[in-house]
Amino acid sequence: MSDLDRRTTGGEDEPVRFLTQDGQLIRPDLPRPPDDVVREGLRLMLLSRALDEKCTILHRQGRLGLYAPVHGQEAAVVGSHLAIDPAVDWLVPASREQPAMLRHGWTLDRLLASLLGRIDAARIPDDVRMLPRQQAIAAQLPHAAGIAWATSIQGGRAVTLAYCGDGATSEGDFHEACNLAGVMEVPLVLVVINNQYAISTPVSRQTRARRLSDRALGYGFPGVTVDGNDLFAMYEVTRQAVVRARDGQGPTLIEAMTYRVGFHNTSDNPSLYRHPSEPAEAEERDPITRLVAYAVWAGLLDAAAVDAQRAEVRAEVEAALDQALSYDAPRPEQIFRHITGGARDNQPDG
Amino acid sequence: MAGTDVTLLQAIREALADGMEDDDRVVVLGQDVGRLGGVFRATEGLYERFPGRVFDTPLAEGGIVGASVGLAVGGLVPVAEIQFLGFLHQAFHQVSQQLARYRYRTRGRFHLPVTIRAPYGGGLRMPEFHPDSLEAQLANIPGLRVFAPAFPDDAYALLRAAIQDPDPVLFLEPQRLYRSVCGPLPVGAAVDQPAGVRLRREGEDLLLVGWGPTVHTCLAAAGELAERHDVAAGVLDLRILSPLDREGLCEEAAVRRRVVVVHEGVRTAGLGAEIVATLQESLSDVLSPPIVRVTAPDMPYPPGRLEDAFLPSVTDVVEAALKVVQAS
Repeated sequence: MSDLDRRTTGGEDEPVRFLTQDGQLIRPDLPRPPDDVVREGLRLMLLSRALDEKCTILHRQGRLGLYAPVHGQEAAVVGSHLAIDPAVDWLVPASREQPAMLRHGWTLDRLLASLLGRIDAARIPDDVRMLPRQQAIAAQLPHAAGIAWATSIQGGRAVTLAYCGDGATSEGDFHEACNLAGVMEVPLVLVVINNQYAISTPVSRQTRARRLSDRALGYGFPGVTVDGNDLFAMYEVTRQAVVRARDGQGPTLIEAMTYRVGFHNTSDNPSLYRHPSEPAEAEERDPITRLVAYAVWAGLLDAAAVDAQRAEVRAEVEAALDQALSYDAPRPEQIFRHITGGARDNQPDG
Repeated sequence: MAGTDVTLLQAIREALADGMEDDDRVVVLGQDVGRLGGVFRATEGLYERFPGRVFDTPLAEGGIVGASVGLAVGGLVPVAEIQFLGFLHQAFHQVSQQLARYRYRTRGRFHLPVTIRAPYGGGLRMPEFHPDSLEAQLANIPGLRVFAPAFPDDAYALLRAAIQDPDPVLFLEPQRLYRSVCGPLPVGAAVDQPAGVRLRREGEDLLLVGWGPTVHTCLAAAGELAERHDVAAGVLDLRILSPLDREGLCEEAAVRRRVVVVHEGVRTAGLGAEIVATLQESLSDVLSPPIVRVTAPDMPYPPGRLEDAFLPSVTDVVEAALKVVQAS
């Protein structure tokens, strides 16, 4: 990874970056994802943005519970997830990784059903190797280490891709999970989405560390900081980490430098703790704009096709919402099921 | 081993070995459980006998329980040791928020066949935290089963059942009984039927209720009551603290009408309160008041050398029993 650092950036302190904001490769010899991966990535990022817009409106209308938008972080989430194979690998999300969950096989209607309280329709299907969203910050990380450890005990091929935020790195679970993953050399790739804020608390109040990726040193595995708004850099660094993990070379920590353009969730008011110029500046580094610029330059899509895709993903969200609303509304008796196994449990949910 | 008496510790070792023998997915993890065989030697011999299935972990209880969640999701059947129950607090968020709720949270998509073994209870002059009895806090967590054997037969049968359980089980091992209690291993059907309370001593005048270490306190008290006071006390071993066998408890209490509950955990909001409440809800017109609790007082566990003044003693139980008998 340090080799990659030097190949792609001027200084060792800078995050790994492949694309300029204009969508140009910083150097022509840098690896690019295959064209179909770029197309899939762009589509997922647009879909994620459309989902954010729709869910925020639904929340304001009182039709949907709290929602945490991905806005601004799409390349970090999508770029990393494009590097794994949902048919083989495990996804352990934190909570704000909607496009990764969708690509992993949790369909849009089920994701929306979960936000609409249709708890049984939202169930993760048996063939989707994914944990649910986690409300206790960092608590999913020991689980991720355990899944990856189970893979190495059983001699499997799966890699576990886990996510957490910058705030999560302050939790004990983060430390215990990373330490165990290092000791057991498990096939884990941990992406820390550093979006600069844990609700209102900036990273500077989480740690004195220069980079969150520096923490990996203490666990004995590589850590690398990447421009999280650069789909290409996120994809390539994660791809290399996945190869290492699959080869039995243990975990990697990837810090994705990005910015939470929106609110923590729909109940939050960021204007109380950050100057409006800050998200405005961040918008200038928008990951979708950057990828669209590349796609147009490289001739993958023209501007009209991008617009058509924006319309397409909006329609997709509308259709999935209709589907989600068609599932039975939650009923009180549902809450008494699935506490433990036994006679009352494992009944068909209807 | 059938036919020979074993210690409670040997029974646990046997259950672990047989569980691992029966199911390749069973793995053992914890602090010092490998080469050392655990600080009490409960896992002795497993590391050599089952290569690649017994793991010494870093010293981090939350990581042990949290990783067990992941191991189970990944298709294994983890049996984790927490070196002493008092240190389960370092993992409590993983136990109550994660382990116990995963089936519920995922609407049955994931169930977690995880067993967590932990020694607890007083009598060994242990340093701080090591003897704490936290069972009330565990019984208060929906989604978790809590087993508390007092004899080798139960230690074996309940541990086998815990390992086979599709859901998480906290398996509480009474540390002062590890080597001091002997008995036969169960055979046949007894292994398969772990449910319910069990009467450990007959006696029609009153019922002494305990679990784990206090079953033996109750048995000693019942002996003394019979010898010196001509009182016949039955002793009920609760065995499974969650879910409580309320029916079995009420049945045994109803025929004797007088009840004393004994536990080493502190008094306020202890499991004894739950038992008294259960009895009074179901049997208010049958029981003869008062139902008395003999418990540790509401205070931190004292230094080991002074623990006798803190733990429920045989004398305390005898006095409570006489009070109940004389009240009616």
